[in-house]
Amino acid sequence: MNLITGLMADATNIATIFLMVAGLYVVIARGNMVKKLVGLSLFQSSVYLLYLLPGKILGGSAPILDPKLTVYANPLPHVLILTAIVVGIGTLALGLTLVVRIKEAYGTFEEDEIIARDGAKAGEQGDVA
Amino acid sequence: MIAVHGPVLVVILPLFGALVAALVRRPLLAWAVSLIAAIGSFVVAVALLVQVRAEGVVSYRIGGWAPEIGIEYRVDAVNGLILVLVTAIAVLTLVYARRSVLSEIIPERIAWFYAMLMLCLTGLLGMAVTGDAFNVFVFLEISSLSTYVLIALGRDRRALVAAYQYLIVGTIGATFYVIGVGLLYLATGTLNLGLIVERLPEIASPRALIAAEAFIVVGIALKLALFPLHAWLPNAYAYAPSSATVFLASTATKVAVYLLARYIFGVFGVHLGIGSVAIASVLIVLSLAAMFIASAAAVFQNDIKRLLAFSSVAQVGYITLGLALANQSGITGAFLHIVNHALMKGAAFMAVGAIIYRSGTCKLDELSGIGRTMPVTAAALTIAGLGLIGVPGTSGFISKYYLVLGAFEAGFWWVALLIVASSVIAVLYVGRMMEVIWFREPNQRCRGLGEAPAEMLAPMVVLAGMTIWFGLDAELPASLAGAAAHVLLGARP
Repeated sequence: MNLITGLMADATNIATIFLMVAGLYVVIARGNMVKKLVGLSLFQSSVYLLYLLPGKILGGSAPILDPKLTVYANPLPHVLILTAIVVGIGTLALGLTLVVRIKEAYGTFEEDEIIARDGAKAGEQGDVA
Repeated sequence: MIAVHGPVLVVILPLFGALVAALVRRPLLAWAVSLIAAIGSFVVAVALLVQVRAEGVVSYRIGGWAPEIGIEYRVDAVNGLILVLVTAIAVLTLVYARRSVLSEIIPERIAWFYAMLMLCLTGLLGMAVTGDAFNVFVFLEISSLSTYVLIALGRDRRALVAAYQYLIVGTIGATFYVIGVGLLYLATGTLNLGLIVERLPEIASPRALIAAEAFIVVGIALKLALFPLHAWLPNAYAYAPSSATVFLASTATKVAVYLLARYIFGVFGVHLGIGSVAIASVLIVLSLAAMFIASAAAVFQNDIKRLLAFSSVAQVGYITLGLALANQSGITGAFLHIVNHALMKGAAFMAVGAIIYRSGTCKLDELSGIGRTMPVTAAALTIAGLGLIGVPGTSGFISKYYLVLGAFEAGFWWVALLIVASSVIAVLYVGRMMEVIWFREPNQRCRGLGEAPAEMLAPMVVLAGMTIWFGLDAELPASLAGAAAHVLLGARP
């Protein structure tokens, strides 16, 4: 039993960290604005796991006052992550809305093409830093 | 009522203001509602600061729950000052915004603009007032999401790209913060900052705490545009509507700086002392880099808004430098500069907004001689510019004086030298503006322009006047900032 729970804890931690790093990589490496947002969503999802997994107790129940139940899982992380999920949805929705507007204004949502289209104007401003 | 419910009122007033502004939809009505809400919030914030100076700490339990279970709002000398600053700037911005917004935003969107401005204010005040680590994240996202919308309301299509880029960076920052809070929660089992401080000494392995601190500091550093994490800021400030830039430049980064100070001194500094060692040396190097590199970048800008935005990155460097020095004078200097920089940048961006209102441009090479046709606006910009350099007689001098004092106290005489040396670069970019607006013959575009309307001039003159006043008589801001520094340092053993 200890071996199984130990392995499970390792596996879930690895999954969390994989999602975190993969999401962040997509945000940085992709020039497509929609793909960037997908990466951002993955990155945020990893945090949900980070909060939820340590709160899970095998065989633990919801915190209900009942003499039959003795092992409880901590409910607070669930509430926190509910909030974080709402924030994540808001961010994703706003991000996608911006991408729609960018597509209307520029005709593309590839970052390098947008920079090229503004380039003639932006070039003269000399971004040193 | 203020005495009992002040800490929550200060946040709820702008929240309801946002709701009503979005519902009434009529531009003028939405503006009036926002102004009333902001004034109410300001009055409560001042009352709170007075109460804090008399009693020390004001604690408020949301819903009457004890801090272990519920959320605690906690006002002390540190965030009391921030609350007053943010609400005061909000009131002045709103007085200024009516004319400016009418000329820059299409009528159907004006009510939404005010709703977003009020939501942003709610988020910033909430971040400052709350004593709960996760609650900070919620308010951080409220202010961030509304900021993205505010920026996207700018006229130029590049405003959309600037908002998108800030959304990506801002979300990464907020997520880093929440990862750090998660690690802290795993280690201590509580989200209340005061209780975290109490339980930190019981934790055997500091590794989780160091990871938590690293995540939290990097996350907040993204929000406060600490060099080199500032790439989102110049475009965001340059393309946002003028009144949004005024508000964001004077408040948003300041609240993030407050949060950084709260964590490195109030939370981590107590137990680990890493608030004073590893983080301090990283902060000093990055702050110095910001002071020189961002100032140098400002010298080469043609767009005044971008010039001032790069200058903001540099000025944030002075503030974080003061925090990193970690002594009474340094932190006093940092908090003085939070106040002074908000006044100066508020006045400067208001002046630029007024110039855009009259001339339709903020390109430096098209504005030669504008000082002769818009003397009051140009004078406000000049006073703000002198403050940014740190000329004696302006408030910028006072904060830099405390920073230099702090550097000597910490034994870093070379940092003191660099503070003075970096001011020379500020002379260059401010001097370039002054040369164009005062000493050149007015060009075709600037010749027939009149002065900006009185309701745009009034808040600008107030801010510029306070820059001078706090430069000549610094007793009030210095005592407030000194009290804040005392509280932050008092939390350390």
